[in-house]
Amino acid sequence: MALQTLDIQRRSATTTPSPDVRQNLQTIEVAKLIDVSKCIGCKACQSACMEWNDVRDEIGVNVGVYDNPPDLTADSWTVMRFSEVEVEKDKLEWLIRKDGCMHCADPGCLKACPSPGAIIQYSNGIVDFQEEHCIGCGYCIAGCPFNVPRISKKDNKAYKCTLCSDRVGVGMEPACVKSCPTGALVFGSKEDMIGHATGRIVDLKERGYANAGLYDPQGVGGTHVMYVLQHADQPELYHGLPKNPSISVMVSLWKGVTKPLMSLGLGFVALAGFFHFIKVGPSKEDESEHESEPH
Amino acid sequence: MASLAPTFGRGAMTNHWVDIKNANLIVVMGGNAAEAHPCGFKWVTEAKAHNKARLIVVDPRFTRSAAVADYYAPIRSGSDIAFLGGMINYLITHDKIQHEYVKNYSDATFLVNGDYDFGDGLFSGYDKDKRSYDKSSWSYQKGADGYVLVDNTLQHPRCVFNLMKQHYSRYTPEMVSRITGTPEEQFLHICEMVAETAAPNRTTTFLYALGWTQHSIGSQNIRTMAMVQILLGNMGMAGGGVNALRGHSNIQGLTDLGLLSNMLPGYMTLAGDKEQDFTAYLASRTLKPLRPGQMSYWQNYPKFHVSLMKSWYGDAATKDNNWCFDWLPKLDKIYDVLQVFELMHQGKMNGYFAQGFNPLASFPNKAKIGGALAKLKYLVVIDPLATETSEFWKNFGEFNDVDPNKIQTEVFRLPSTCFAEEDGSLVSSSRVLQWHYKGADAPGEARGDAEIMAGLFLRLQGMYKKDGGTFPDPILNLTWPYIIPHSPSSEELAKEFNGKAVTDLTDPKDPTKVLVKMGEQLAGFAQLRDDGSTSSGCWIFSGAWTQAGNLMARRDNADPSGLGNTPNWAFAWPANRRIIYNRASCDAAGKPWDPTRTVISWSSRQNKWVGMDVPDMRLDAAPDENVGPFIMNPEGVARLFAVDKMAEGPFPEHYEPFETPIGTNPLHPNVISNPAARVFKSDMEAFGTARDFPYVGTTYRLTEHFHFWTKHARINAILQPQQFVEIGEDLAKSKGIKGGDWVKVMSNRGYIKAVAVVTKRLKTLTVNGQPVYTVGIPIHWGFKGLTKNGFLANTLTPYVGDANTQTPEFKSFLVNIEKA
Amino acid sequence: MQVTRRQFFKLCGAGLGSSSLAMLGFSATEALAEIRSFKLERATETRNTCPYCSVGCGILMYSLGDKAKNAKSTIIHIEGDPDHPVNRGTLCPKGAGLLDFVHSASRLQYPEVREAGTDEWKRISWDEAFTRIATHMKNDRDQNFIAKNADGLTVNRWLSTGFLAASASSNESGYLTHKIVRSWGMLAFDNQARV
Repeated sequence: MALQTLDIQRRSATTTPSPDVRQNLQTIEVAKLIDVSKCIGCKACQSACMEWNDVRDEIGVNVGVYDNPPDLTADSWTVMRFSEVEVEKDKLEWLIRKDGCMHCADPGCLKACPSPGAIIQYSNGIVDFQEEHCIGCGYCIAGCPFNVPRISKKDNKAYKCTLCSDRVGVGMEPACVKSCPTGALVFGSKEDMIGHATGRIVDLKERGYANAGLYDPQGVGGTHVMYVLQHADQPELYHGLPKNPSISVMVSLWKGVTKPLMSLGLGFVALAGFFHFIKVGPSKEDESEHESEPH
Repeated sequence: MASLAPTFGRGAMTNHWVDIKNANLIVVMGGNAAEAHPCGFKWVTEAKAHNKARLIVVDPRFTRSAAVADYYAPIRSGSDIAFLGGMINYLITHDKIQHEYVKNYSDATFLVNGDYDFGDGLFSGYDKDKRSYDKSSWSYQKGADGYVLVDNTLQHPRCVFNLMKQHYSRYTPEMVSRITGTPEEQFLHICEMVAETAAPNRTTTFLYALGWTQHSIGSQNIRTMAMVQILLGNMGMAGGGVNALRGHSNIQGLTDLGLLSNMLPGYMTLAGDKEQDFTAYLASRTLKPLRPGQMSYWQNYPKFHVSLMKSWYGDAATKDNNWCFDWLPKLDKIYDVLQVFELMHQGKMNGYFAQGFNPLASFPNKAKIGGALAKLKYLVVIDPLATETSEFWKNFGEFNDVDPNKIQTEVFRLPSTCFAEEDGSLVSSSRVLQWHYKGADAPGEARGDAEIMAGLFLRLQGMYKKDGGTFPDPILNLTWPYIIPHSPSSEELAKEFNGKAVTDLTDPKDPTKVLVKMGEQLAGFAQLRDDGSTSSGCWIFSGAWTQAGNLMARRDNADPSGLGNTPNWAFAWPANRRIIYNRASCDAAGKPWDPTRTVISWSSRQNKWVGMDVPDMRLDAAPDENVGPFIMNPEGVARLFAVDKMAEGPFPEHYEPFETPIGTNPLHPNVISNPAARVFKSDMEAFGTARDFPYVGTTYRLTEHFHFWTKHARINAILQPQQFVEIGEDLAKSKGIKGGDWVKVMSNRGYIKAVAVVTKRLKTLTVNGQPVYTVGIPIHWGFKGLTKNGFLANTLTPYVGDANTQTPEFKSFLVNIEKA
Repeated sequence: MQVTRRQFFKLCGAGLGSSSLAMLGFSATEALAEIRSFKLERATETRNTCPYCSVGCGILMYSLGDKAKNAKSTIIHIEGDPDHPVNRGTLCPKGAGLLDFVHSASRLQYPEVREAGTDEWKRISWDEAFTRIATHMKNDRDQNFIAKNADGLTVNRWLSTGFLAASASSNESGYLTHKIVRSWGMLAFDNQARV
């Protein structure tokens, strides 16, 4: 019964069932809870994420807001989204939401992915990208109702938050959760996190946030990253957090009908039509880069 | 901290980080703890989550602290005394004070000299030409027995309470709003929330930092709040106190160790020119009690001082030569950094050392600082990083437009280690000395600061030994007992500042009994003596490395009381006390004001003070002895009336910033700005007026960066890559500026260009009937490091400092802004 | 699909310092195993304190290299110390990024001098640096030391050279700095507490 169990539950584009003899006894679903009402937008989570995962984004520019980097990238797996809103007149609120992969129970990315084993879901709920199997098609982006995965310009592969599966696998919290100074991020079993959120919602209601609530959208089967929101009735306030996220019908169609064709080698052709809107970066490696080049 | 010592006796945060969780109300004002001290701010969120605490933020900007506040109110930068003075007025007029506390633990009952007066913005004794006060009338009335006269009924018109009441009666809610721009109802709402904690079992804690200190009235900002805390009875209480959040990891330690122009370790002070007589020097600092039975702990000054001189000069320091008193330099004036750079600018200095310090970026008016450095013969920069200061002579275009050929300064740059590459201790804001360990070797040839200092010292000493020279005595006789002379170890140095027995220490009551053997480490400062038999390099750190070993390295995080005190985690000065003035957490009879938060209490069974913390009181001082809780003050109580301890008056008064957007002081138009503030004539001329520079500029830091260091760290450069300024939507609209546009911000001293962030978080305030707009200027950019090159923000700031600390007015000045 | 070694370095955010130890034990293919291998498995843990603000957060520094005589250890990761009563393992964005401060490309490596009127740094030895600086100091001190003021009172001060002390340095080096600076007779002496 361990949170860190990383048995594979589902693999992308794979019809062979995953071994599941241990699951019923030993698996607990994990969740990261993001309490927006406690978040000070310090970006410690962004910093810790880069540091632990050994990714460093470009040093960019300021585009007129605090958000930096201004969007998720293949090197920035989480970013803070700052929104200045006045829900009540003359009562300014600065809502700061940590954005990143939601680790959906029913992951649109995994369903959309045509490459066997490039996206997997562990029995504890973590959805992980296995970049060595990634073909850079970008379908995961179309499949994601939260617009999270990004294709790297360096290697033309998709990247996103792993929920620090390497840390969770040895019984540690994700790097972002550990760093969070105010305890706005907490991590544990999904059940415990829902319990924790319940207490927070009581406190928020007592402080005047009548619509405080938990964000655990059922359209994607619930998520393994959840939010406590002061205004759960209006998730859009939080930099466009979707109210009722669901997997695109295109992906459902692909999964239900087209996917079996994959083994016949016809999948790509059929899929091209569905995903024509996806832009994919160059897949060629820079020719000047060779194994022998001194580092 | 030149405001806390005049009030309470010690210049430090009174409680500690974890203790914030015990508060009922937290006021963040004059600081932005969520951004500047996120991991300390955690205890604010804990107080909210587990103690139902409320958080108030008062700030010119809706900050990231405000983002999680229960209540936010805007305030014009530089008007905090008006706000807090109005709060004092509110508490008195609504009778929301903790009467027993105020009567017993403050000077409210003390009678003040009949000549003390205040009128039209000036206190009695002002000398206009010298811009300073003759403070002789700022004193108490004394009886024939030498003790201060008191009136316990608080009826006497000259008692401190009535003078204070009269002083702040002018600070009506209307006046507060007129000066601060805070809407009256918001001001009153905050007063109501704060007033609730006048109940003996309720506490407010204040968290502040440079938002209060960096004003020409910085020290008095803090004092006003300290007075509020006295009236509410919050000092000494768990969840109360005054929490001065230090900016740097060891700014508290270096201040404790006296690395300031006029100080010696442990808050002892250097002598002035006129103090030629050693006995008189000691006598003036050996403070006798002003009320019967008070501890007046500075009575021990000679013990601390002689022990210091034994640490530094060993056998050369003897009773006959006054323990080398003449070897210490004497002061004709204070050589604070503003004074020093003024002298440097005048060409009166030849050499300067910047050890882990970036003055070109840190001191006001960058043009003046750069010009001053260019007049030096030699500059030595000791730093782990390539700082702007080390390259002040290099041309970086608009950012540093100088001609290297014309700058004749010889600049040395010495690489030092960083934290990861050395052992040693740092003092956190909570006064906790924590030991750390080396984890890796330094890059290249970098050396530790102590090793570099030893190298310089020994080389110079060698020259004096060989060639002689001017007054070599202190250099030749400085104690140097280090096993590896060119590289003293942190262990050796820590033992030295803790102190040891120079000879066997015998029991004064029984000379045959040896208490501490010669050469042994002392257990604490209570063992220090004034006869040369003990040495201690910093008396308040005594107890940190005893015969039991290095207490700073202790890692027992047990918290037996549940109040977060962790008494066996590292070592807190003084004497491992975690909450200072904790005697004040009990009533006069020694019972805790709030039994659910007992810090200490009087045990009549054991006949001593007991509790979860080290009592800040003589252990056997029974409550009926009436020994006051503020043991460093000769009064034994906290001072509402600061007597002669503050430069600009015993009660804080609102003065406008030197660059004021309203051009007047609504309280007294004839005295607009601080009449005693540090300002040089040439700098006065560089002040701008609201006609040319109509907007309030204020500088600050962002949570993603630490001063000018983290722009060298890639992760932080990614998180905030480029210089920006913040303006409100109204101002942006009137100037046609949109978010992301480039703007130019000008003061009378220079300009910067940056990206505009247009925000709802900077509201237009109505001050004295006119709109006031604020331009927010984060400080972190420069022309070295990984972030996009930018301007040093101090290009804009005025060269004027607080009257007590000389801290520059970085938080409030005048600017103009236009689309670039 | 195989990734070239070059790409592997890019993925891992190259620039963890010059030591090749940082990569020892990780071949490119191994690192591409399905779950990224736990990188602290063989690291040495050292306790330290964050050098930025005054909260005094406890940190754990992880280094590769077992501190054997011929191995130069390199810090590969820093995170909060969960035993620390104040930060309880948390860190802010500055503390969480300390690794990039330790390994900053701006770290100074050796003593340098910029000669008067020139436009460049010149590398010098520590020995030369100490001698040249001490010579400047002695010349200035010998000429400008004030033993007695205009009124004939003993003042023993040296005003023409000043010193700013680092408030991120340890108590131990701060204490030694104060002891030395006062022995020289300096008064123009401050730390960041002043600003």
